[in-house]
Amino acid sequence: MALKLVDFKEQIHNDWCPGCGNFGILSVLQSALAELELEPDDVVIFSGIGCSGKLPHFVKAYGIHTLHGRPLPYAIGAKLANPNLEVIAVSGDGDGLGIGVSHFIHAGRRNVDLTYIVHDNGVYGLTKGQASPTLRYGVKTKALPEPNINEAINPIFLALSAGVTFIARGYAYDTRHLKEIFMKAIKHRGFAFVDVLQPCPTYNDVNTKAFYSGEDRLDPVTKKPRPRVYRLEDVGYDPVVRADMTKEQVMAKISKVIELSFEWGDRIPIGVFYQNENILTFEQRLDLRLRNYLSNPPAKQRISTPEGFPAADITEILQELAV
Amino acid sequence: MSATACWGMVEQQAVKSLVNNLTYMIGGQQGSGVDTSANIFAKACGLAGLHIYGKREYHSNIKGMHSYFQLKISDKPVRSLKSRVDLLASFDEETVAVHYGELVEGGGLLYDPKVLDRKIEAIPTLDKVVKRRLLKRLEERGLNPTIGSLIEECKASGVRTYPIPYDDILGEISRASGKNISELARMINVLAVASSLALLELDLAFLEQAIKSVFRGKAKVVDENIEGARVAYEYVKKRFSSSYPYKLKSQPRGKLILLTGNEAIALGKLVGGCRFQSYYPITPAADESVFLEAHAVFRLNGGDESASIVVFQTEDELAALTSATGAALAGARAATSTSGPGFSVMVEGLGWAGMNEVPVVVTLYQRGGPSTGLPTRHEQGDLRFALHAGHGEFPRIVIASGDIEEAFYDAARAFNYAERYQTLVIHLVDKALANSSQTVTLDPSLVKIERGDLIGEEKVAEIKAAGGEYKRFEFTPTGISPRVRLGTKGCVYWASGDEHDEFGHISENPENRVMMMDKRMRKLELVEEEVPLDERVRYYGREDAKYKVVSWGSTKGAILDALDELRVEGVEVGFLQVKMLCPLPSKHIAKILEGSKVIDVEMNYSGQLGGLITEKTGIEISNYIVKYNGRPMFQDEVYQALRSVVEGTAPKRRVLTLGA
Repeated sequence: MALKLVDFKEQIHNDWCPGCGNFGILSVLQSALAELELEPDDVVIFSGIGCSGKLPHFVKAYGIHTLHGRPLPYAIGAKLANPNLEVIAVSGDGDGLGIGVSHFIHAGRRNVDLTYIVHDNGVYGLTKGQASPTLRYGVKTKALPEPNINEAINPIFLALSAGVTFIARGYAYDTRHLKEIFMKAIKHRGFAFVDVLQPCPTYNDVNTKAFYSGEDRLDPVTKKPRPRVYRLEDVGYDPVVRADMTKEQVMAKISKVIELSFEWGDRIPIGVFYQNENILTFEQRLDLRLRNYLSNPPAKQRISTPEGFPAADITEILQELAV
Repeated sequence: MSATACWGMVEQQAVKSLVNNLTYMIGGQQGSGVDTSANIFAKACGLAGLHIYGKREYHSNIKGMHSYFQLKISDKPVRSLKSRVDLLASFDEETVAVHYGELVEGGGLLYDPKVLDRKIEAIPTLDKVVKRRLLKRLEERGLNPTIGSLIEECKASGVRTYPIPYDDILGEISRASGKNISELARMINVLAVASSLALLELDLAFLEQAIKSVFRGKAKVVDENIEGARVAYEYVKKRFSSSYPYKLKSQPRGKLILLTGNEAIALGKLVGGCRFQSYYPITPAADESVFLEAHAVFRLNGGDESASIVVFQTEDELAALTSATGAALAGARAATSTSGPGFSVMVEGLGWAGMNEVPVVVTLYQRGGPSTGLPTRHEQGDLRFALHAGHGEFPRIVIASGDIEEAFYDAARAFNYAERYQTLVIHLVDKALANSSQTVTLDPSLVKIERGDLIGEEKVAEIKAAGGEYKRFEFTPTGISPRVRLGTKGCVYWASGDEHDEFGHISENPENRVMMMDKRMRKLELVEEEVPLDERVRYYGREDAKYKVVSWGSTKGAILDALDELRVEGVEVGFLQVKMLCPLPSKHIAKILEGSKVIDVEMNYSGQLGGLITEKTGIEISNYIVKYNGRPMFQDEVYQALRSVVEGTAPKRRVLTLGA
């Protein structure tokens, strides 16, 4: 029987601020899980610390609320112990691109088959609005005593250089589009990264919903707002690296991703920037090394005999060490 | 460094048997095959049915600095080293300069005659303090500042010296094999071993077998080295026949294996069911993970299927501990290994595991601290840190192994503790244990696997059928709640580093907070009630002994051997080895120690265990014997320090200082 969004709802009070972009991300994630016909007990959601960190508590699925910046290594450990789990990790931009950024980079080069969603609002909300690593230089959001003194991280470009095999950006208020991205990300074979632009109505008064939808720049003719965000598929962009592409074609694709990753301001692309399923997942690499890793992963192994003695037979190793 | 015999040693020397009772040292530049030569030597002795205990000393360096291996060989089991050396095989001048003073009267020195003219001043890697001391000494005696003078000094103090012209021997091999000398030069280490064994008159066949074993799978290297070994062996036999009184004689072989502490712990983990090991490279822990990776696929009892362990090298130690924690949540037995600096990085993950009752094991190989400290040297300075690391209060179990055999069983047992009590277990070991080699017997059938209250979907269905709901952190009388693997059908749960309710959802409710704290901490009381006493403390000696030593970890061997020596002299001293440091079995410790004079022996500055015992039992430590120069305790220095305590001449705190 197909599940619905409501089957992934955990009935506890949600204490995010009214109007928070997180609500969109949450409901989109719940409906994506339902639409993919997953069961709550198939899914494990890991999170870090901050507003985004509370997300797993609102989802009826295994929910592991970890340390600031660390959801990825927890998630990777669980996934490698049991590759049958559907693992999703969520972070904030401070969580995932600040304190935990090294885990993100190394997750890229491993390509463990999981989905990583970063709630990107430019501020540290739960500590009252300090600048996060994605806030641009010179921007002064309302809680900052002075304009931001740091340049911003470019999450898309960072992901690309780290070797992430699925790179996308969504917008929390374009929920239909975001759901498609989440579904693609979850289905992607390998490490999938989704940067979600998410206005913080309480602390980020610069990158607001009005900013993304361009309410400050009306079309001179129609007098309608001209949205800053635009969908990559609407301009005919194809993100997929195919197995039969030449090296030059792949490089051209990569160059295009880099170019798009720097687009900001009046035009902000959302959608899938890059997808490459021709890279072995970490699990596949382990299976090559360990022979029966996928069929007999760590969490599923028989480690003792029925009498409680060790199942591992180390006789051969002891012979190697014998004198 | 003193060339005069230590107090108490002269008498010993006179009665010492010279057959199968040898302290051997082999040294040279790091990267020149010192380890390999020691392995071959130890293996040859082991194959001859002899027992071995040896330690590896090296710099934090890849090539060029001085390193050495010191071994004790005996026909009986050995567990510690004495500071003085009976036979020193050197490949280079620095080994002579650093160690010649450690040789006993009547001992032997093998050296390359080309080092004779080398100026001490010109040895670039020689520690400047040692250099100054040697130069001063030679100047005072009016001797040339060369290695040759040191060798003359050896001779004068009754050491037999054996020039081994490695280049000539290589030349001979070169003529026979047609290979050029520079190609063969890397086998000087094997020539030194062969020369040593020729002096000791151990049958060459054992050496050949050892070479085959150590270079297993490299037929060409085996042939080359065996040929070289033969030439060197014959060379020494012909020139120095029967000139050296120490001998090694083979005896019937038992079922011994020769392994390091790193390897013993790796094997304990495999047997104990560990199937996920994460690590970030660090000395002296990494060898364990590398050994596991090299043996990642292994057989299973009673079946043709194979099993495997995932060895996961992470970007840092935080990822190491947190990924192991994730694997444990998924249901695998999971561990990580590190040393002090890495453990410092892991700290925030310890609290999360404690808060969320995750069975994860951290093997902590202590080395000299603080900071980078002495990266390749020994210390037991992290006891207090292991006990207290992390903010807030959470239950943890801290255990420490006294020797390589214990480390094997403890490594396996750590997972039983972790799963039974659903919490973090820190297994404390140290550099001395990690990098020692010993002949031991290991019996995997002595290991039992107990997974505690780990339930599956059938049990979850039962709970639901009975009208209940699965709650990961359910309040129970023991504090232990049924645990499911992530992905178990029929339920979900949450976990959070925030204080949480029975379901795992965040809760700041004050009553819930008290109940949850009590629930978690109560598990430590359960440990006290359930874990057998001999897994927590061991007492050696007479219960009525007036003096009792307390210690923990790898000091065990040196202490036991020192006590044996004292016993021969009619002095009874007991030894309380503490194996479980948290929860500390204070009542039992108090019972054993009450009414005795307590001597705390530890490899750290402040006597951390001594302080802990006083804190928990009120028992005052009479004497502290501590060491923190980075070199493990020798049997003879422990013996002398204890003897002076018994004689009433010891200061309250004595600092031991031997070792190069």
